[in-house]
Amino acid sequence: MEAVVIGVGLHPFGRFPGKSAIDMGADAVRLALADAGVTWPQIQAGYVGSLEVANPDAIVGRLGLTGLPLRGVFNGCATAGVSLAAAARAIETGEHDLTIAIGFDKHPRGAFAADPSVAGIPSWYGQTGLFLTTHFFGMKINRYMHDHGISHETLARVAAKNFRNASGNDKAWRRTPLSVEEILASPVLNYPLRQYMYCGPDEGAAAIVLCRADQADRYAGKPVRIRGTGFSTRRLGAFEVQSPSVPGGESAPSPTVDASWAAYERAGIGPEDVDVAQLQDTDAGSEIIHMAENGFCKDGEQERLIAEGATEIGGALPVNTDGGLLGNGEPIGASGLRQVHELVRQLRGDAGARQVPGTPRVGYAHLYGAPGVSAVTILSL
Amino acid sequence: MTTQARQRPVADGLFTWPSERPRLKAAECADCGMISFPADTHCVRCGGSDCREKLLADRGTLWTFTTQDFRPPSPPYDGSDTAQTFEPYTVGYVELPGGLRVEARLTEPDVNRLTIGQPMRMTLVPYSVDPDGTEVLTFAFGPEPEHEHGQHETREA
Repeated sequence: MEAVVIGVGLHPFGRFPGKSAIDMGADAVRLALADAGVTWPQIQAGYVGSLEVANPDAIVGRLGLTGLPLRGVFNGCATAGVSLAAAARAIETGEHDLTIAIGFDKHPRGAFAADPSVAGIPSWYGQTGLFLTTHFFGMKINRYMHDHGISHETLARVAAKNFRNASGNDKAWRRTPLSVEEILASPVLNYPLRQYMYCGPDEGAAAIVLCRADQADRYAGKPVRIRGTGFSTRRLGAFEVQSPSVPGGESAPSPTVDASWAAYERAGIGPEDVDVAQLQDTDAGSEIIHMAENGFCKDGEQERLIAEGATEIGGALPVNTDGGLLGNGEPIGASGLRQVHELVRQLRGDAGARQVPGTPRVGYAHLYGAPGVSAVTILSL
Repeated sequence: MTTQARQRPVADGLFTWPSERPRLKAAECADCGMISFPADTHCVRCGGSDCREKLLADRGTLWTFTTQDFRPPSPPYDGSDTAQTFEPYTVGYVELPGGLRVEARLTEPDVNRLTIGQPMRMTLVPYSVDPDGTEVLTFAFGPEPEHEHGQHETREA
């Protein structure tokens, strides 16, 4: 049995002093329930993800103590892809009829900091200043620019597009448009990436309500089908974040490529069929690389495609129409559900000022993060 | 500095020390030949547990690089600098003969003097100082001297 999305809810992303992550999550759930036209006691099972909240299932204390199985999931930046896929699978297997995926977080300011032991890496890697995910993003795009002829201007164009898209999104965090020149004038943080080319950890929440496709007409929300999901960890030989070394004699693509192909195969949909995409833009370089890793272009074609505006809202393949991570920041547990919220709005034709023209029918959501995990979700009408 | 500073390695088992020509310590799987750095007790390819010490080459070529322009979150970073005295540094992956790519700090802080593909050589550098004045050493790669002033990539496009 196919699972469909019938309700989406999004708490704004940004900084909300005095408001807990769980309270933001409860607001997002109530919005999603209202969108679907269901009440909390009707929800039969759910999956909830958060980095900062050790027991995210505690949200039942805000929503209602119904005893439902609300399972915690965590896979770094790919967490929300996992919570959504699990909520869909619970329907596809016939176990439940009505499920929910929830994500929320409230991160402190600044780059994520942790001891390398949490990633199974010796302490010296952190002591000597190597345990920073931002290094990896700088080094991967630096090599990619060298191999495939991507310019610094193209990095800045991606960031400018996402901030421009965020400026039309009243739930986004960074809503001030920035010009290519302003972005290129901002300080380098990890060459070639500059301050305005990075997303920042922040706060926010999102929730998605799903049901059996054959019961969708009972509920209010216009159903959007979950066509395929994919999830992969890194393979030996892939160049991945938090890697003190990469072995010789081995070669493997990023887990993004593996997750992407798994989702396409399950969906019976190819990249040429996708009308709107949300791609993990931890930094401007990541969005460029992820265009190719998800099959939307060949390596190096981004230089021309981005200059032509192909990834703008009115372009051939709009990418990160709500501002992406650059415009919204990244509350880890919620970030991927924000992407799905945006895709559902777009496919319903309900995205307001940032609506993709025409009648988009297929949406694509992609997450990538430490220590080399990726999740992909493909939706369609 | 007027007297020879006392020094210690940041970790045991990471590189040969003291040594005239320091080398990184990796592990070679006796079953499949996989070389892992840092050294581990089990092979990440075949899962074998018979791993033996293998010293890595101290020369390679620069595969990619970036800069660290802000002081890393501390902990885990334990450099003795402060936000005020922090000096930006560079990091990169150096590809060794056989293809293993090792992530390391680089001794050349200026990206305009770094080029993908340039020959690099390993050395030890003090990245921190203990309260008693003992320098804490880690490994780093620097451009081979004859290539230090080779072709430059521009920082801006």
